Amino acid sequence: MSAPALLRLALEDDVAVALRPLAPGDLLGPDFAGLVLRESIPLGHKVALRPIAAGAPVRKCGVPIGRATRPIAPGEHVHVHNLASAVLVNALDHAEE
Amino acid sequence: MHGATGYLRADGRKGIRNRLLVAYLVECAHHVARMIAAPFAERGVELVGFSGCYPNAYAQDVMDAVGTHPNVGAVLLVSLGCEEFDRSRLHRTIAASGRPVATLVIQKEGGTAPTVAAGRAWVEKTLPELERVPRVPVSLADLVIGTKCGGSDGTSVLSANPAIGRASDLLVDAGATVIFEELGELFGCEEHMASRAARPELARELRAVMAKAHRYHATMEHGSFGGGNITGGLTTVEEKSVGAYAKSGTRPIQGLLRPAVRPPAPGLYLMDMIPDGPVLWGYPNINDTTEVVELIACGAHLVLFSTGRGSVVGSAVSPVVKICANPETYRRMAGDMDVDAGRILEGRGTLDEVAAEIVAVIERVAAGEPTRSEALGHQEFVLGYKHFAPLGPACFPRPAAGGR
Repeated sequence: MSAPALLRLALEDDVAVALRPLAPGDLLGPDFAGLVLRESIPLGHKVALRPIAAGAPVRKCGVPIGRATRPIAPGEHVHVHNLASAVLVNALDHAEE
Repeated sequence: MHGATGYLRADGRKGIRNRLLVAYLVECAHHVARMIAAPFAERGVELVGFSGCYPNAYAQDVMDAVGTHPNVGAVLLVSLGCEEFDRSRLHRTIAASGRPVATLVIQKEGGTAPTVAAGRAWVEKTLPELERVPRVPVSLADLVIGTKCGGSDGTSVLSANPAIGRASDLLVDAGATVIFEELGELFGCEEHMASRAARPELARELRAVMAKAHRYHATMEHGSFGGGNITGGLTTVEEKSVGAYAKSGTRPIQGLLRPAVRPPAPGLYLMDMIPDGPVLWGYPNINDTTEVVELIACGAHLVLFSTGRGSVVGSAVSPVVKICANPETYRRMAGDMDVDAGRILEGRGTLDEVAAEIVAVIERVAAGEPTRSEALGHQEFVLGYKHFAPLGPACFPRPAAGGR
């Protein structure tokens, strides 16, 4: 096996993590057949594996890590520009109790 | 497990080690206790203790739990004489468990040299008695396993932690008991954790304990999520927490523990290590060893320890299995690592393969094979001050079945 480009941590995940800096056109291996990168993905950052609707939870390692703030297409970089915490407000509420 | 035998204790629990502990009951007795234990380091004698002079119910409970841990066969208590730790209660607790125990009071023995001589004579006399402990077959269903991370880096979430999570599922399915913790690193996972609670009343307890953790960390101005995380590709606080939370796997959460409270039945548990009440005595966990000791006080026979940057710690009482997330760290520090989980990142294995390897390592260690940290002589132990309120019945499976 050669070093993989992307790692999906759980089958149900909406995103995979770049194991090296990736650019559009890079080969992603048989586990990600059909996925085409739309932009560069830095090491350790996330890429969408399927269409995600605005407001939908985004899963990584089987657990929601926030909600999409706008529609996300497969192959897009997923980060602060299109994903936001679903809990931070609650957390601050707790902290002030 | 093939041919693994454990040490049967009077309470029915089975140990995978048969240690003799020398325990100092205040820092003033630490050196004398270390001098007693030193010549026996190769023979399963370990040094533990509590440094504080003023009494503390949590520290007393942890010392009770450590002194009667299934991996422990005998205990020598070393007291200066004027500290306020309740040495009589600890002595009675250990004696009632059927283990050989003795207390040496330095002020009564006549100082350092007489106490060291008396202590070494007791250890020499007692070590052969440990060999008479009955040996019985031991299986995964007999084991309590703690999970912990330390010296984490960006690879921890990608390899070692999710592999530990899958191993946790395999262990729970085999009838083992698994404990996860580190509440301060689980912010944002509250609702997901609550959804895994085996009972609605436990879900409420999990939410309450996480709210307590938020308050505690906010007061300490600790545990924030910020710029460095975002540059590294982490978008939200819950994504950062998923890295630690991944170690808990996917099975239902059966109960909530606090240090020195033993899980009453098999399955997955969360250990609350955030003190109750107002913030006292500083940070809840001053280092990784604090929590390893707390997991051991809950009865953990063995601790799975994930590291990316490369921790070398082991522990007194229970073996620590180090699972290295970062392949470069593994190559640099292979002599300290038990499992090369970072190979996932280089295409040399899958999460499922590493999880299966973790379970196989647990079986070998339970059968007596030393972990890397054991072979290197690591026996870290730290115990400080904390305050906890008693846990309510909602925290435990009902009815309390089983003997552990």
